[in-house]
Amino acid sequence: MKKIALALLGAGLMASAAAQAGPEDDRKQMIAFFKSKLPAVKYENYVYGALALDKDSKSQYDSIMEFPPFEGVIEAGKEMWEKPFKNGKTFASCFPNGGKNVAGNYPRFDASLNKVVTFEMDINQCLTANGEAGFKYSDVNTMGILTSYARTLSDGMKMNVKVDGAAALAAYEAGKKFYFQRRGQLNFSCATCHVDNAGNRIRAEILSPTLGQSTHWPVFRAGERLTTLQVRYKGCNSQVRATPFEPGSEEFNNLEYFLSYQDNGLPLKASVFRK
Amino acid sequence: MRQRITLLMGALVLGAGVTGPLWAAEVKQDMPGQAIAFDNKKGNCLACHAMPGTKGEMAGSIAPPLIAMKLRFPDRAKLRAQVWDATVANPKTSMPPMGKHKILSEEEIDQVVDFIYTL
Ligand code: HEC
Ligand code: HEC
Repeated sequence: MKKIALALLGAGLMASAAAQAGPEDDRKQMIAFFKSKLPAVKYENYVYGALALDKDSKSQYDSIMEFPPFEGVIEAGKEMWEKPFKNGKTFASCFPNGGKNVAGNYPRFDASLNKVVTFEMDINQCLTANGEAGFKYSDVNTMGILTSYARTLSDGMKMNVKVDGAAALAAYEAGKKFYFQRRGQLNFSCATCHVDNAGNRIRAEILSPTLGQSTHWPVFRAGERLTTLQVRYKGCNSQVRATPFEPGSEEFNNLEYFLSYQDNGLPLKASVFRK
Repeated sequence: MRQRITLLMGALVLGAGVTGPLWAAEVKQDMPGQAIAFDNKKGNCLACHAMPGTKGEMAGSIAPPLIAMKLRFPDRAKLRAQVWDATVANPKTSMPPMGKHKILSEEEIDQVVDFIYTL
């Protein structure tokens, strides 16, 4: 049963350039695959990642999330978000609905720029359009802290990523290819760990499934180390002794596009604890 | 007899996820291959394979336990080939190609194989 699902996922996801297959097929196959591989996990619990697979870790998560030790950081992010630019405007002026319930629409494909645009890129666009300097995508002390608050404004929204048109599909496919491509001295793809071995332990660490990996960023590792989604990608990328790509790179943006699409329908919940 | 016991223990591991301490006494702790198998900067076999001889280290659950190797790999060269490049036997394997990608030197591979051949 598991074998069949795996073969399906392999064949379908790897070769979805073929005929009718597309993002929505991928997403359905991904859900079906994990339903068969990890039958104990309820769909809505994929947002807890590896914690959904281990009772003790999940109850540790629940108690930490009652009084998060990182609340002060999110508070600092709120100040950044609300502080007017030199021209008097604020971040809220750059987003629909003042930035509420928008993060689940990202990444989006921008047809006029002909590339994937992340939430962080639109934040930088807001800064530069208002005469301010943009932040470095890898800088957790600026972009990280700001988004640790800005993304909470979308808590509860369901992921709602769209892939419309040939150029958007090409970017999505590039992200998918990246996910399944083996690399580095250790010869792992992302999927080796988070598809084939999701739910298994690598040493003491349970590997989280692909589903639900995009919904809850930034995370505070060990309750204190702020880590953005693409900084996490970079960490995983280095683990396999590959030369890692950088947060904000086109490769990672396409990757985030592919992965976020798989989470369509799952609710966002920003700034959470991770081990 | 000895082989039977080992096999039985192998079955136990497979069934219940029991790790090292059970058989710690059986394993020679002084082989250089053991350090290579345990060290996460070297073979890091333990990240994926449970095996006898651990002292509290947590083993992964990705791969079958390394046990009864002599019985299962009567041909030592086959065992070495598996460690050198696991993608030959299974192109979709999770196991890193230790020799082919020079993760371990040829000598280290011999030492690891010597060690797991005692398990
Ligand atoms: C050698 C194994 C391995 C590979 C290869 C790997 N990862 Fe990971 N990844 C981990 C481990 C271990 C963790 C921490 C436990 C967990 O949450 O899965 C992790 C965590 C993550 C998380 C955080 C999940 C969460 O909810 O906190 C994301 C996102 C992620 N990986 C994405 C990727 C991407 C994208 C790639 C490929 C570029 C990749 N990983 C490759 C081992 C790996
Ligand atoms: C990241 C995971 C991983 C690591 C690290 C790893 N292996 Fe493996 N190994 C596997 C998997 C998975 C298999 C199962 C067969 C397959 O898929 O190739 C396997 C199979 C084997 C086999 C064949 C076992 C059998 O019962 O048929 C041997 C022998 C082996 N590994 C030895 C080693 C040694 C020695 C090391 C360290 C030098 C090591 N492995 C490191 C994942 C790993």
